[in-house]
Amino acid sequence: MSDLLPEEVKKDFPLLQRTVRGGRPLIYLDSGATSQKPRQVLDAEREFYERHNAAVHRGAHLLAEEATDAFEGARTRIATFVGAVPGEIVFTKNATEGINLVAYAMSNAATAGPEAERFAVGPGDEIVVTEMEHHANLVPWQQLCQRTGATLRWFGLTDDGRLDLEPLAELVNERTKLVALTQQSNVLGTINPVEAIAARAREVGALTLVDAAQSVPHLPVDVQDLGVDFLVFSGHKMLGPTGIGVLWGRRELLEAMPPFITGGSMIEVVRMEGSTFMPPPQRFEAGSPNTAQAVGLGAAVDYLSALGMDRVHAHEEALTGYALERLTEVPGVRIIGPGTTEARGGAVSFTVADIHPHDVGQVLDELGVEVRVGHHCAWPICRRYQIPATTRASFYVHNTLADIDALADGVRQAQKFFGTA
Amino acid sequence: MQLEAMYQEVILDHYRNPLNKGLREPYEGEAHHVNPTCGDEITLRVHLTGEGRDARVADVSYDAMGCSISQASASVMTDLIIGKSVKEAMAVGEEFLALMQSRGQDAEPDEDVLEDAVAFVGVSKYPARIKCALLAWMAWKDATARALGEAS
Repeated sequence: MSDLLPEEVKKDFPLLQRTVRGGRPLIYLDSGATSQKPRQVLDAEREFYERHNAAVHRGAHLLAEEATDAFEGARTRIATFVGAVPGEIVFTKNATEGINLVAYAMSNAATAGPEAERFAVGPGDEIVVTEMEHHANLVPWQQLCQRTGATLRWFGLTDDGRLDLEPLAELVNERTKLVALTQQSNVLGTINPVEAIAARAREVGALTLVDAAQSVPHLPVDVQDLGVDFLVFSGHKMLGPTGIGVLWGRRELLEAMPPFITGGSMIEVVRMEGSTFMPPPQRFEAGSPNTAQAVGLGAAVDYLSALGMDRVHAHEEALTGYALERLTEVPGVRIIGPGTTEARGGAVSFTVADIHPHDVGQVLDELGVEVRVGHHCAWPICRRYQIPATTRASFYVHNTLADIDALADGVRQAQKFFGTA
Repeated sequence: MQLEAMYQEVILDHYRNPLNKGLREPYEGEAHHVNPTCGDEITLRVHLTGEGRDARVADVSYDAMGCSISQASASVMTDLIIGKSVKEAMAVGEEFLALMQSRGQDAEPDEDVLEDAVAFVGVSKYPARIKCALLAWMAWKDATARALGEAS
């Protein structure tokens, strides 16, 4: 076990103190869907509303100054957290919106002047994704291809839940305009070799976008080291509030990219005949932002930095190893994803012979163990492994080995209840 | 434990030994329904004899993939409605829908109407599972509308 002390960490989370289903202690194993929030994050949001609330980037009064400082201060801390500079951090609603922002900027590029030409796609161009993408990093690209006539291609998966990189050179070629892939699968837990794929993309002049919704919360991520062009993540999966997410983009790309959502706060000069736009990141932040949520995410980043992302990752690796061991001991359990902790994060999906995941989840819920069941917004993975759905346990800083014991015991109880073991 | 209230023996019996399962000919209407939150699927066929709402439900056949609740519900439904007129079967469907929407509050399901389907009263307390119980019923309504030429 790493030196992170989950029992101590857990004390910071008010919700994790409650009981469920007839007084049982809550064992929360669904951080992959959304994480619970430490008091420090809740306090930051509350303090913003109680002391500093005002519209940011406008107004000459004191509160407007304080609110703007809080908002931009959060941007700076979030930038540092992922090895970026503040001007490259665009606040969005969530990772999904960040991906859509890029996808729509690419279709807007066709009519946005010569500067934006490098983003334009059309017939003959290719967008490459993978079979393990969350719907958020698949559907926007399907739609972009539909709007523009470009072709969608994808990496398939190996039987043990890894990307099949055999056809890398053929899949990512001179026709490729963009490669979009997840850094860590929300279903399989697989951590993908983003650097190698991005290197190939650079070779052929393609852009790379990384869905980091499941990686930034759980391991140290440095956008410079990855060598990618865009990266998105969501606040609510990393101890922060809902309604706030981040698109990071390389500065020169953001500067050349046309906007997606337009309106107030993103303009330079507006006349009836037309308007000019602010430089990034404001160009991509039309309308009043989710200010308190950005401040909350800033506090979440401080909290995670204080724990240390290396320790967070080591802790989850230990939990994952233990979970793989405890679950595979149970007859009838099949892990969907890599069977070892090598290049693997703390989302562990599995099936239980002859019991549907919904029914497994129901028994676990009765025991106070909260997991996710279903296709986890990554339906093609289920098709690939010919399963209707999975049960998924996902871990975070407050989880303990005892939580995993409760999970494994719960699976055995489900088998007993349904008479399959 | 609450589990027994949800998974009554009747439900588990139907789940383990589903009635009327499999796709059969002849049929006049077919519908494919999916529960997008969990991926459960059902393909359901309706064979009617006679005309309009007085037509008799001669057969309901289905192929389904899903949890115990959705599988048992399909089995119970076919057992309930085969042999009834469309009008009568729709009324049973309405009664079942009302039971599922009760969330376990003041639910006094009519056992004469619902027969084995009263066992689903426990399911109605779990909002996430109501869709599972209704999947086959919705597919049946849809397939019947098609068989009657009422589908939009």
